[in-house]
Amino acid sequence: MALEQSFAQTPLRPLKSAVTESLTTRIVLIAISLLFLALFLVTPLVMVFIQAFAGGWSTYLASLVEPDAMAAIRLTLTVAVISVPLNIVFGLAAAWAIAKFEFKGKAFLITLIDLPFSVSPVIAGLVYVLLFGGGSVLGPWLKSHGIEILFAVPGIVLATIFVTFPFVARELIPLMQDQGSGDEEAALSLGASGWQTFWYVTLPNVKWALLYGVLLCNARAMGEFGAVSVVSGHIRGLTNTMPLHVEILYNEYNAVGAFAVASLLALLALVTLVLKSFLEFRYGDEMAATAKH
Amino acid sequence: MSVSIRNVRKEFENFPALHDVSLDIKTSELIALLGPSGSGKTTLLRLIAGLESPTAGSVFFGDEDASHRSVQERNVGFVFQHYALFRHMTVADNIGFGLKVRPSATRPSKADIRARAIELLRLVQLSGLENRYPAQLSGGQRQRVALARAMAIEPKVLLLDEPFGALDAQVRRELRRWLREIHEATGHTTVFVTHDQEEALELADRVVVMSQGRIEQVGTADEVYDNPNSPFVYGFIGDSSSIPVQVEGDRVLLGDKRLALKGWSAKDGKAQLFFRPHDVEIVEGGEGAILGKVLASRRVAGLRRVELSVEDDGHVEIELPADRDAPVGSTLGFRPQRFKLFPA
Repeated sequence: MALEQSFAQTPLRPLKSAVTESLTTRIVLIAISLLFLALFLVTPLVMVFIQAFAGGWSTYLASLVEPDAMAAIRLTLTVAVISVPLNIVFGLAAAWAIAKFEFKGKAFLITLIDLPFSVSPVIAGLVYVLLFGGGSVLGPWLKSHGIEILFAVPGIVLATIFVTFPFVARELIPLMQDQGSGDEEAALSLGASGWQTFWYVTLPNVKWALLYGVLLCNARAMGEFGAVSVVSGHIRGLTNTMPLHVEILYNEYNAVGAFAVASLLALLALVTLVLKSFLEFRYGDEMAATAKH
Repeated sequence: MSVSIRNVRKEFENFPALHDVSLDIKTSELIALLGPSGSGKTTLLRLIAGLESPTAGSVFFGDEDASHRSVQERNVGFVFQHYALFRHMTVADNIGFGLKVRPSATRPSKADIRARAIELLRLVQLSGLENRYPAQLSGGQRQRVALARAMAIEPKVLLLDEPFGALDAQVRRELRRWLREIHEATGHTTVFVTHDQEEALELADRVVVMSQGRIEQVGTADEVYDNPNSPFVYGFIGDSSSIPVQVEGDRVLLGDKRLALKGWSAKDGKAQLFFRPHDVEIVEGGEGAILGKVLASRRVAGLRRVELSVEDDGHVEIELPADRDAPVGSTLGFRPQRFKLFPA
């Protein structure tokens, strides 16, 4: 009897989970982030496509197949096709060296790889102008040998490689450092050659990080504006990449043309995102398994 | 295949990890490298494998100098501490890896490689797991896959780095017995590294006790336990106590008192007297005995463990029959029956 009473007198307080906020807080937080996303990301993206199709489907197509636009698309693809593989090779080599070996100046190398992230792309472009331009040390020599770097494709490729330098390496270094060299030693002790070890063990262990790095690197290589703008010289049909072409068209009040080309770049960004999400969805477990054993 | 390590020295950036180490391992022998961390045991194992190269000295496989052979050419089976299984490969592919990477002239067919993997899985008692990934296995299972993978290449020597280090106590004991059985069945010359003396003493034909980059003693479990040749081995293997004494001619003095000890030889001067807690007899009356004041007395299973303070600074532990009373504060006289004197 006494026991029953004491139970009855104790008011039951609703248990609250430590990580649960009240409904109002949740709604407010979600609303703020959605509003922010809509205002700064979705609206501009939608605007690109609305503007691109403002003159109708035929005008849209016409602004894309127009020779200068085609040249810009070709050049952008060429630059990406050259600079992305180079970045893969460099990224793998740098990550391998940093993760698997001990050497002096390692911290310095890591800092150096990050340099393009901290330097303004315009400076990156200017550096190449100062290095290869007419008034530089190398300029006259290059000119006398008929090698064109500045205001030509090589300059654009160089500038693009500079700004995309860290993408692949930065994805691989932490993962490879985390994995250590135990797997490689195991492969070697089982008789595998260095190349077999790389191909069968190292590469599969980092493939998702590598792919992710390549996607980001490619998106940046195609979209880079600042550095390329400085070294390109803006020669229509010759040294204009897609971002530069967009700017020129826009400055000429050809909004439809500008947004049509811009929509291609936006599409690329969307494809990259979708691909990345798909990879994470499809191979998420495997990716997690590669990250830690 | 016998292995001979001759005057091997290894330095890491001027830090010496091994000083002039020599060791002969006989064919089909099971050898334990035992020592505390930093004693150089793993370095020695990696030198045998060819994962490290010696600063000086050489490693012989049989009569052949293997010092300048790469790890691939040495044909050793190495089981890593954390197994290092290839996480993106199935168990069968892991085991078959060493055969798959052989040059085409000596490479078995795909079907043969798989058959061999399945046969090895049966040997390590993991039949039916060939299509699993390492992440889907328990620690003990991974350990066995790692061993099967190492044995797939028909190695001359099997090397295991802390093979049971990451497993819990029960799995450990089980795998220990199992490794012994595998060793007897396959007859590989096997070297394993451990810091667990129980493991080393129970499993190995001979134990190599290492400390600070040197081999202290090599011997069977009986030899290193009953007849340690250095203060380090005496202290490292099994329980022991030591007290400082003075040797003068045929007498051993503790303070001013002569100890009645039999069967020893030592040079004159300061020395350390080592003995094991269970190798003592109580001397009633204290004639010629070590006298100590009881600091603590604990009943441990069928024995009584007594902590004594001897002289002023000495601190020893002895074991008495459980029915022998040792009240705290009382004085007890004892005499080591088996002991060793090492010059201090």
